Amino acid sequence: MLQLNAETVHTCRDTIKRLSGEDVSRCFQCGKCTAGCPVAIDMDVTPNQVMRLAQINGRERVLASSTIWLCLSCETCSTRCPADIDIAKVMDTLRKISVAEGYPSPEPAITGFHRLFLASVEKYGRLNELELSIKHNLAIMKPTKDIRLAVGLFSKGKINPFGGKVKDRERVKKIFAESQRFVKVYPESIEREAE
Amino acid sequence: MVESSKDKNITMHTYSEVEQVKGYVGNFDVRIRKKARSVEMSKCTGCQVCVEACPQVVPSEWDLGLGTRKAIYTPFVQAVPNVPVIDRSVCRIFTKSKEKCGAACVRACAAKAVNLKQEDEIINEKFGAIVVATGYSLHPWQKAYGEYGGGRYKDVITALHFERMLQASGPTSGHVVRPSDGKEPKNVVFIQCVGSRDESKGVPYCSGICCMYTAKQAILLKEHCQDAQAYVFYIDLRATKKNYEQFVLRAQRDYGVIYTRGRVSKIYQKSDKLVVRGADTLAGVPVEVEADLVVLATAVVPQPDAVAVARMLAIPHDQFALFTEAHPKLRPVESVTRGIFLAGTCQSPMDIPESVAMASAAAAKVMGILSHSELMLEPTIAEVNAERCSGCLTCTKVCPFDAITTVAYDGRTVSNVIASVCQGCGTCAATCPASAIILKGFTNEEIYAQIEAPFKRMEKEVTAGAPA
Ligand SMILES: Cc1cc2nc3c(=O)[nH]c(=O)nc-3n(C[C@H](O)[C@H](O)[C@H](O)COP(=O)(O)OP(=O)(O)OC[C@H]3O[C@@H](n4cnc5c(N)ncnc54)[C@H](O)[C@@H]3O)c2cc1C
Ligand code: SF4
Ligand code: SF4
Ligand code: SF4
Repeated sequence: MLQLNAETVHTCRDTIKRLSGEDVSRCFQCGKCTAGCPVAIDMDVTPNQVMRLAQINGRERVLASSTIWLCLSCETCSTRCPADIDIAKVMDTLRKISVAEGYPSPEPAITGFHRLFLASVEKYGRLNELELSIKHNLAIMKPTKDIRLAVGLFSKGKINPFGGKVKDRERVKKIFAESQRFVKVYPESIEREAE
Repeated sequence: MVESSKDKNITMHTYSEVEQVKGYVGNFDVRIRKKARSVEMSKCTGCQVCVEACPQVVPSEWDLGLGTRKAIYTPFVQAVPNVPVIDRSVCRIFTKSKEKCGAACVRACAAKAVNLKQEDEIINEKFGAIVVATGYSLHPWQKAYGEYGGGRYKDVITALHFERMLQASGPTSGHVVRPSDGKEPKNVVFIQCVGSRDESKGVPYCSGICCMYTAKQAILLKEHCQDAQAYVFYIDLRATKKNYEQFVLRAQRDYGVIYTRGRVSKIYQKSDKLVVRGADTLAGVPVEVEADLVVLATAVVPQPDAVAVARMLAIPHDQFALFTEAHPKLRPVESVTRGIFLAGTCQSPMDIPESVAMASAAAAKVMGILSHSELMLEPTIAEVNAERCSGCLTCTKVCPFDAITTVAYDGRTVSNVIASVCQGCGTCAATCPASAIILKGFTNEEIYAQIEAPFKRMEKEVTAGAPA
């Protein structure tokens, strides 16, 4: 049972607006986002339901959903929304909030992949594909998953087995530090940390 | 109202009722009962001193019981004419109450306008055409909706109550408050389609006005009470006219009104709050609001006396008692009875712009008739063969339009069809035992000729040896 009350009913909408500039209250539930979404079929909450729940502060359900992690950021929805809402951006924002508030991910393989990806970029300034694949496949306990593909890619020179590094790694560090500022503009997450 | 009351071409009969309508287009004989107001219109100056003097206080019908009035009263501030009326059913003198008032109103009136002996006046007048605009009433939800408290909860009100509260000259001086404790509400739930689109408890049709006035009320709530939050439970939003969709979007986007698609299932009292249980069918979750005030958008239904009025005017109505237009597309403001026109919600639920449009159209149609000295009619009407008519007058009883009168013919009384009233339905022709009435263009001979024609042709073809 979702309790609606004057104090909190707009909280989720307002947070999303503050973080992304997108106003979910513009959504009138036509369902076009869901209709076009390539992964909606596998989502536990459809994109239009995400928008609706965000409108009425059904935040727990949204932030714990697999939907926000399954979203591919393909932006099909954003391109087609008649209310001109950038739904993909809203999804991205919800992912940020979900992480900042420490919601356990219902899709650990996907969130794990994101983390490994970012760790690689932070370390080298660019992606080390080989390292990422090995680490990811070990994490999901399918170490031999991409071996056949890898052979082909190696032989065609598509993957550098030694990876590479950018020169100015200090600037990469700065970018990562900057991204941490998100925590600061998001008071609820700070409050949670304080607790 | 004020403007019309001053127009020299308009005579207004207020506190009056049409009791009888006879005759036909161009010749309606109308009997009007001008009820005893107990105040002489010509003497009253509208000072309202009598109202102040009257000690008898009763709930005001106009304010739906949210306020009070006196036994001598004007129903609301802008009422036309600004002349009070004595409600004899509650006046201490007329009810012979033990509590004496000493005819306070009579003594208070300096103009000597209060006249307790005044009697009903009967006015008989001729009219060329009639426009019926008797309006609507609202679904008596209390009986049907036990799940909403059936009227037990003071803070479950109708939209009309809410409308009264918004009015600056209304019972709460324009403040939105809870009837139970007079406090300003914070969480206000609006429920649409109460009685409308409800085949088990109300009417199956859409009332057409509530989506829009609910959006208006939700916006005005926010303007009256800044801390308030409005929630609207709806089934569909029907905002189909010019600028209506944008208006509803404004309520949602600019005024933060929460529109929840789903019908409320139950309302119950919890301490001084009303718990409203519904579902958000779009999010797929059950929802609950602890509300301070609940406003019901009750269905538009015909006036309780609509059937009697229709009978008096000899105009048809549908199964709900909404008056029927002559043709849904081509003659929407006419009744099938010639010379009687329809305007507004007596014909179908509609909002003010539509009612005004219909009234304007009806007025134009009336002028179309009255500006000519002759009436142009469809030729297919009934005609009595006086020679054959036995004078049994069965036809006069079956005609649904009262189009048949009697005339003297050859020393006998025979029936006679009034051409301008007859609609050509043929009921009389089918009923006449003497076959004395024909429907022009549809006589038995003509019909038989039509049936026989193809057979005759076939016969000819067969005898000529043509292939079948
Ligand atoms: C809560 C609420 C809010 C609304 N808000 C809006 C709004 O914001 N905008 C809008 O456009 N519409 C609004 N409406 C709709 C609006 O009230 C109607 O569209 C409009 O009143 C219809 O006008 P009418 O003349 O057909 O009927 P009515 O307004 O009902 O007028 C009929 C009149 O005929 C009189 N009458 C009835 N029978 C007889 C008789 N036998 N003899 C003599 N007189 C008789 C009645 O006393 C009444 O005065 C609202 C309705 C409700 C319930
Ligand atoms: S496409 Fe846009 S308006 Fe339609 S449901 Fe999705 S977010 Fe809402
Ligand atoms: S951006 Fe995400 S939600 Fe939108 S269509 Fe693509 S996968 Fe679906
Ligand atoms: S106008 Fe709206 S609220 Fe009223 S009956 Fe129709 S759908 Fe329901």
